Amino acid sequence: MLDADFFRRWMTVAAASVDREAGRLTALDSAIGDADHGSNLQRGFRAVAATLEQEAPDTPGAVLALSGKQLISTVGGASGPLYGTLLRRTGKALGDAAEVDTGQLAEALRAGVEGVMALGGAAPGDKTMLDALVPAVDALGDGFAAARAAAEAGAEATTPLRARKGRASYLGERSIGHQDPGATSSALLIAALEEAAGTAEG
Amino acid sequence: MRMLINVPETVVADALRGMAAAYPELTVDVENRVIVRRDAPVAGQVGLVSGGGSGHEPLHGGFVGPGMLSAACPGEVFTSPVPDQMARAAAAVDGGAGVLFVVKNYTGDVLNFDMAAELAEDEGVQVAKVLVNDDVAVTDSLFTAGRRGTGATLFVEKIAGAAAAEGQPLERVAAVARQVNENARSFGIALSACTTPAKGSPTFDLPDGELELGIGIHGEPGRERRPMMTSGEIADFAVHAILEDMPPRSPVLVLVNGMGATPLLELFGFNAEVQRVLRERGVAVARTLVGNYVTSLDMAGASVTLCQADEELLRLWDAPVRTPALRWGM
Repeated sequence: MLDADFFRRWMTVAAASVDREAGRLTALDSAIGDADHGSNLQRGFRAVAATLEQEAPDTPGAVLALSGKQLISTVGGASGPLYGTLLRRTGKALGDAAEVDTGQLAEALRAGVEGVMALGGAAPGDKTMLDALVPAVDALGDGFAAARAAAEAGAEATTPLRARKGRASYLGERSIGHQDPGATSSALLIAALEEAAGTAEG
Repeated sequence: MRMLINVPETVVADALRGMAAAYPELTVDVENRVIVRRDAPVAGQVGLVSGGGSGHEPLHGGFVGPGMLSAACPGEVFTSPVPDQMARAAAAVDGGAGVLFVVKNYTGDVLNFDMAAELAEDEGVQVAKVLVNDDVAVTDSLFTAGRRGTGATLFVEKIAGAAAAEGQPLERVAAVARQVNENARSFGIALSACTTPAKGSPTFDLPDGELELGIGIHGEPGRERRPMMTSGEIADFAVHAILEDMPPRSPVLVLVNGMGATPLLELFGFNAEVQRVLRERGVAVARTLVGNYVTSLDMAGASVTLCQADEELLRLWDAPVRTPALRWGM
């Protein structure tokens, strides 16, 4: 079972991972966007980690709801509201249970991803974070490692796509041939889930 | 890349402290990143709130003052502000007549302003929104995030600001703002990429002897790259692109806007060519503004914005305004 500690660990691992990969995210974003994805997420997840240390919410749902709110208040751009909504909706779907199982998490994450779709109006194949998140949620039933692999494959598969949403869409055909920074950071978030679980088992 | 900064992390806060020192008629909340005209809220007047990523100065903070914006919310460089900023601004400028959000059409700006509108409405502030999307370089808007908001933002903020200053009600100010946007089109070109403080190197590679057509204002590459053209050829290309999209029916307001690193000497010369093309195409010019107003950091280049103006819009354009970047009549 996954408790509030697990979800706090997920967020701190994600923050560390975004810290580590910020340069790469920004490099991907400068090819087809505006060169700020890494620094924006870094600012947001650092704020999330700091808040969780101070407030220590005691249910999985509350951890994610607080994290999402913090992202919305600190990231800006499109990724702030989109990642914020992902975590808030997922948190809301988890309710106030003290512990949840992987199945419940998968179901809640699906609600979160649907929230992202409704807010951003994107669909899989538009070269966005959904291209990593949707396959990850589909694979989560087979475990965290499977979700991670699906998210990473999904992110890599955005390279030949033409962007239809967000700032990269203005490039038209010229967005083809670059991996989407949003899908890449989404894969980091899912990978952090596996790492958080691994730490628990170890 | 050499920049006149301390560290990249504090460029926005540093600039806000400098604005506060230069313009005592503004209230600058550096911590919460909100710039408000000092006499806000003005009872009975609609409050005009805009904002967006930093790096486009003087947009939007330089347009705060009587006759234009009531407040501006600067985000990080090229990153839309967060909802908390606009909600705070709305509360500060609501004089009981409601607040109009002027939003440039970028996914991030739209999402954050939408969330801010919900927050403000929860606090009892009546909010209307107008989207600015004037960039004709985005052609297949069905398959993109839609046309970008660029130079027309200045026209929208000035003209809607004048309507608000006259005490017109929220739905009227919003309608005027939408009318301006619907009648305005822009096209931009770049002679160099720009460098964001966080990245420290140019956002795209533009070899010597080439220019980028159809750029936005965030250092994103344009739609097409060509061998270098003369000022006259660029004016032909840009004005034709606009007129093809919006065959003019009435005299136009012209904005010849520098992207940040193009000298006024070149901008004035470019304006002469823009006016020549308009003359050749039989388009009457009502007013012209030349300068750096909607910039893209240190990008070299320019954009042209045309706005069809009937007598009412022209009257509101001529109305007094007193902001750091635009002031006349008062």
